[in-house]
Amino acid sequence: MRIELIRRPERSSAMSLLSPIIAIVLTVITGFFIFLAIGVDPLEALYIYFIEPLTAWWTVEALLIKAAPIILIAIGLSLCYRSNNWNIGAEGQLVAGAIAGSVFPILVPEWNGPLVLPVMLLMGIAGGMLYGAIPALLKIRFGTNEILTSLMLVYVAQLFLDWLARGPWRNPEGYNFPDSREFDGWQVLPVVFGDDVRLNAIFVLIAVAVAWFVLSRTITGFQISVLGQAPRAAAFAGFSQKRMVLMTFLISGGLAGLAGICEVAGPIEMLRTSVSPGYGFTAIIVAFLGRLNPVGILFAGLLLALSYIGGEGIQIVLGVSDQITRVFQGMLLFFVLTCDTFIFYRVRFVSTRRSAAAEATP
Amino acid sequence: MGTQPNPAGDDFSKRLEGVATLSAHGITKDFGALRANDSVDFSIMPGEIHALLGENGAGKSTLVKMLYGVLQPTAGEIRWKGKPAVILNPAAARRLGIGMVFQHFSLFDALTVAENIALAIEGAGAMSQLRDRITKVSAEYGLPLNPDSVVADLSVGQRQRVEIVRCLLQEPQLIIMDEPTSVLTPQEADDLFVTLKRLASEGCSVLYISHRLEEVRAICHHATILRHGKVVAECDPKQETAARLASLMVGEEVRQLNPPEPVPDSAPVRIAVHGVSQPRPHPFAVALDNITLEVRGGEIVSIAGVAGNGQDEFFDVLSGEVLAASGTIEIDGNDCRRQGVNARRRLNAAFVPEERLGHGAVPRFKLSQNVVLTRNGTREGLVRTGVVNFLGARSIVGRVTEAFDVRKGTPDPEAAALSGGNLQKFVVGREYDRKPGVFVVSQPTWGVDAGAATTIRQALVDLARAGSAVLVISQDLDEILEISDRIAVISHGKLSTPRDASGITREEIGLLMTGVSDDGQGAAHAH
Amino acid sequence: MTMFEGILLTIVTAATPLLFVAIGELVSERAGVLNLGVEGMMAVGAVCGFAIAHLSGSPILGIFAAILGGMIMASLFAVVTLIFVANQVASGLALTLFGLGLSALIGDAFVGIPGIGLPKIDIPGLSDIPVIGSLVFGLDPLTYLAVAITIAVSWFLFRTRGGLILRSVGDNHVSAHALGYGVVRVRFMAVLFGGACAGLGGAYLSLVYTPQWTQNMTAGRGWIALALVVFASWLPYRVMIGAVLFGGISILQLHAQGFNVPIPSQFLTMLPYLTTVIVLVLISRNRTLLRINTPACLGQPFVPDR
Repeated sequence: MRIELIRRPERSSAMSLLSPIIAIVLTVITGFFIFLAIGVDPLEALYIYFIEPLTAWWTVEALLIKAAPIILIAIGLSLCYRSNNWNIGAEGQLVAGAIAGSVFPILVPEWNGPLVLPVMLLMGIAGGMLYGAIPALLKIRFGTNEILTSLMLVYVAQLFLDWLARGPWRNPEGYNFPDSREFDGWQVLPVVFGDDVRLNAIFVLIAVAVAWFVLSRTITGFQISVLGQAPRAAAFAGFSQKRMVLMTFLISGGLAGLAGICEVAGPIEMLRTSVSPGYGFTAIIVAFLGRLNPVGILFAGLLLALSYIGGEGIQIVLGVSDQITRVFQGMLLFFVLTCDTFIFYRVRFVSTRRSAAAEATP
Repeated sequence: MGTQPNPAGDDFSKRLEGVATLSAHGITKDFGALRANDSVDFSIMPGEIHALLGENGAGKSTLVKMLYGVLQPTAGEIRWKGKPAVILNPAAARRLGIGMVFQHFSLFDALTVAENIALAIEGAGAMSQLRDRITKVSAEYGLPLNPDSVVADLSVGQRQRVEIVRCLLQEPQLIIMDEPTSVLTPQEADDLFVTLKRLASEGCSVLYISHRLEEVRAICHHATILRHGKVVAECDPKQETAARLASLMVGEEVRQLNPPEPVPDSAPVRIAVHGVSQPRPHPFAVALDNITLEVRGGEIVSIAGVAGNGQDEFFDVLSGEVLAASGTIEIDGNDCRRQGVNARRRLNAAFVPEERLGHGAVPRFKLSQNVVLTRNGTREGLVRTGVVNFLGARSIVGRVTEAFDVRKGTPDPEAAALSGGNLQKFVVGREYDRKPGVFVVSQPTWGVDAGAATTIRQALVDLARAGSAVLVISQDLDEILEISDRIAVISHGKLSTPRDASGITREEIGLLMTGVSDDGQGAAHAH
Repeated sequence: MTMFEGILLTIVTAATPLLFVAIGELVSERAGVLNLGVEGMMAVGAVCGFAIAHLSGSPILGIFAAILGGMIMASLFAVVTLIFVANQVASGLALTLFGLGLSALIGDAFVGIPGIGLPKIDIPGLSDIPVIGSLVFGLDPLTYLAVAITIAVSWFLFRTRGGLILRSVGDNHVSAHALGYGVVRVRFMAVLFGGACAGLGGAYLSLVYTPQWTQNMTAGRGWIALALVVFASWLPYRVMIGAVLFGGISILQLHAQGFNVPIPSQFLTMLPYLTTVIVLVLISRNRTLLRINTPACLGQPFVPDR
């Protein structure tokens, strides 16, 4: 038996919708066997992982809190990936946003008025944008591979944050803990919903709506798609590749920066040596799982947030390492990418005997 | 290759009796619902140059790929010297004694000539030995080659030489050549014909795929004509007129164009290029050298030349995708050398690039989106305050497909779902729809069927008649001679002075193509 | 042993894992496959090597397990990108995430356990020669293996028919297919080789460099190795130079920290990553060199016509 791919004349719209669902089902099935291999009851584990977080209000809130930064970042990344710019350094841009946004509450803690939060948010966005601009400018000016540079800059940003939190920005009254002072009053993102869901949830909804409109209705969205699919056709249409590289990196960096400052000014309420459990990387999966579509990303972000909560739950209840979350996430991305193939190709199974006669290559 | 005398002798009128080198019996090939070859029968005799004639899309390439083992027939049988043979893959074909020279070369740019050849020969042995053999065989057949050159540095003609020498080293009994002269100057083609005749005289069979009737009549002993995947006729091409062969290929008498009328000298110059130079953007490209050209309203000027002599670079500079380093480009008197493609479109110029998919159109975009592709900056209401009017684009799709008879399955399919001819009609029609004052089109009918080609050429002629300046860049001499008022030739990034089409011969164009200098009218005659 | 020798020795041990991973990725990229999952394959190699060495008591068995682990990871990637022609960049990222998670999951039981180091080869007499003695004759066997693999890869790519076929597949897969070469088969094998090498690089970390298992112990080395391949413009001997260079930088920053250089340790730790960015910029300015050596089909999916 071997597999042959046959190009479809046009993309299959049925598969476009089905592909993420099939991927999720396959992930759950594989998860069943992974739990079996680890030696826990797979049905119980799957229940704790995927269902239980949805049964209590506080876990649903926790889910929304985790989903917000992921979705925000993934929206920006989807613009990058659509235009064939491989920004994988959103985690670093998030950190840069968190640092830049924390400048005032840490260095000028006595400034605590209604204007401080907007300034923090804008500085967070600006920090993420500037940090995202580095790989973009290197790509434009020197043709440097943005995958590697954006990733290397993640390590640099994290180390810089580590230095700040342990060194100059450490709270002098903090008993030597590597934390900054706690933000308070106007420096904190207000709760808009329930006990803990903060303003960034609104930012997420705005970002999804704006991104949907831009991608489906505007010439900018059109440019992004053309540049991603056919660079020569983009030049023929009069679109500038270089401008778009910079623009998509600025947007995705800005959104990652916003997500970063919202974490610091939100659930964490201070600057620490680590401000994100890898949201910037999870967002990559979310962007693809949502098929680079803003509405899809909204749902995918919720699902991946569920995987974080489920991972924590499983660690507490069953004693399985929460690293299983990353295994699930990686697996899910694999399955999504594989299923996406069927949007453009039909698959034919060929018996080995026939294939030997029909094909020279394996 | 044996040394037996040419079995066909000089009398091509009757075919030799005996065992065919290769014969096909009822070969059928289906691609999904499409039947590319339908029960094809034919045979090639030893020492015969056998033409496989047909339009683009008639199934020639598919048939040949099956003979060479790249594809497998759905039904039917191939016999090699009378015995049934299953040709599983190209290596098996080569073992039988079949060699192939591809239309789009199957060479590896980053590798040397010797490495390229080694890849095609099993048990090539030591590299040093192979290099010696390459030098020997290439000299013997008048195809000089340096085995250590990197292919990326070779001209198109030299690359074909690599392919041919690669074939010859395998001492084949059948050589398949897919459109070999499409990339050659007339003089280079003549050299190739000498090589082919020599091979045939040594008993080697040649399967010669072409749609160029004149050369088929000149060198081929026998012809099999394919139409819509079926064999429609077999004949001795020397006994037929070109017109009859053409009608066999196309299936109807070829529609003649209404020729353009002579252009008065008083007609205004609509596009003027003066002293445009452009250094090469990367090591494998061609630099443009001081190009000057004017096209008046009402005339069609064509630029002939062998592929890879600066046509792509010149097109990019004309369209504004690349801004020329020096010189002037004026459209209706407005200098636009430093302006991009949309600014030029707003001056009512329109452009059609050579590459349909990926340059002229985005393959996975709907036709309406592809309308927006070239008309997003023309201020005709398709984009208002950054918002795209896709409804308006769809109505343009309707208009274009109606006017150019673009056949499609759904109202607004993806570009990749259209056949080559239909997509080309759409890409040309999309620009024609704007009634451009200046129309620059590269390879307007490359790889499209005769019906579509006639429609497109007629559109170019109609546009010129209505007062537009039409500039055609083409490698198809027949096309150029058919539609042009004036003809210039591009060679090594230099453009010759345009000459009146009525006063220029193929040979003169050929000399210009090889880069013979052109200092003023008629200088080519000096050689 | 003088301190100078000591520094040189540690540079070699820091360079070895980079060399393993980069040479494997080089082969895979020469065949036209961009596998960004090396970090994940390396992590799985590290944990497999450590776990099996610990359980069996034999570091040799551990090394074989690491190779196998790396190859299994690579085969996942190969199936997804070569058979199902998924996007190579995204699939590589998936492999990295998956590998880091899986290695942490497997390694959970092994945290804090002292590992079994691989004994060094000590050739009496020869390794006593000053300076070069310990550097040339007193290294651990895996370092010799890394150098041997690099030489073998160089020989294979440029002196054998198999290497020629592999390069041809990376240069123009359509032509290679037309000539009858199995593009997918060649690429599959190249990716598997890359996985084996990444596994070896991981095993070097957990069995030689710091004989223990800690989560994320690869610390971005896989990504640096990817940058090394570009730095080396896809030429094996330059990978060796690059590995020593990067190994040197990471060791020098360690020594600088040890000497209480008045620079915060975080900034010194940044050095290898910053150097990678700078080196990438410098190398990408030389477009001619890159254009000639970059495999033309790198990252391009291949689906034959049927």
